[in-house]
Amino acid sequence: MSALVAHGPALLFYLFAALTVVGALGVVTLKNPMYGAISLLLSFLSIAVLFLLRNAEFLALVQAFVYGGGIMVLFLFVIMLVNLHKLDQAKAFWRQSPAALVLAVLLLGLFGWFFVHVAFGPAFAQPQVFVTAGAPADTAVSGNSQAVAWSLYRDYLLPFEIASLFLLVAMIGAVVLGRRQ
Amino acid sequence: MLEVTTNHYLVLSFVLFAIGLSGILVRRNMITVLMSIELVLNSVNLNLIAFSYQHSNLTGQIFAIFTITVAAGEAAVGLGILIALFRLRESTDLGGAAGLKG
Repeated sequence: MSALVAHGPALLFYLFAALTVVGALGVVTLKNPMYGAISLLLSFLSIAVLFLLRNAEFLALVQAFVYGGGIMVLFLFVIMLVNLHKLDQAKAFWRQSPAALVLAVLLLGLFGWFFVHVAFGPAFAQPQVFVTAGAPADTAVSGNSQAVAWSLYRDYLLPFEIASLFLLVAMIGAVVLGRRQ
Repeated sequence: MLEVTTNHYLVLSFVLFAIGLSGILVRRNMITVLMSIELVLNSVNLNLIAFSYQHSNLTGQIFAIFTITVAAGEAAVGLGILIALFRLRESTDLGGAAGLKG
């Protein structure tokens, strides 16, 4: 039992890493996009847990809400909007897909070899950075969300505003593209 | 042995990247291709978080937030294009977009 507690984070990592890969494989292999979207949701939520294991509590919630909530609903709406009844006679894969698959596997082997063998050494384990960084020295900061907020609104204010402008442009673009002529 | 290092995250992230890339390359359905792009963006986020932890630096998390923002915009515009193409061709097959080559 104590061994289970001691190895808890590692076991959680392996469990949710496996779920992430299973979900991703489902997206690529399942023929019906509806099942693919559900499979993608599994992948998104598992990745949120993996964020949680790396001291990114705020980002884990953003991942669950924005990906698992917003983007997922967008995909499901569009899947239901386009009619899929002709799916049975439609081809799912390109003719040259075996060649593309071979190239992807080669790339996987190349980078995988590199990632396994390059040594980054142990992490600088300073988890307090994730709850204090960015805040002024005399402020009490009590959590990761607060630290992210301080950092976002003090050090990265200009990128933040540019991101909001980008979202406005994307929204207008989506409305214009989706409009009936 | 049972310790999760940055390399674990990198390998997982690259497996995810390769799956997403092969999805983009081999699938004909435009919705599935867009979902594969989301997988690729997620693998990038995993890398950012892993290195943010490795260096005990919050900036990686901030950058990941911006990546998610861009992914949301990309999904909205991509699905808008999909709807426009579907109105034109009555199909979500990417072969229908071959008319773009003029």
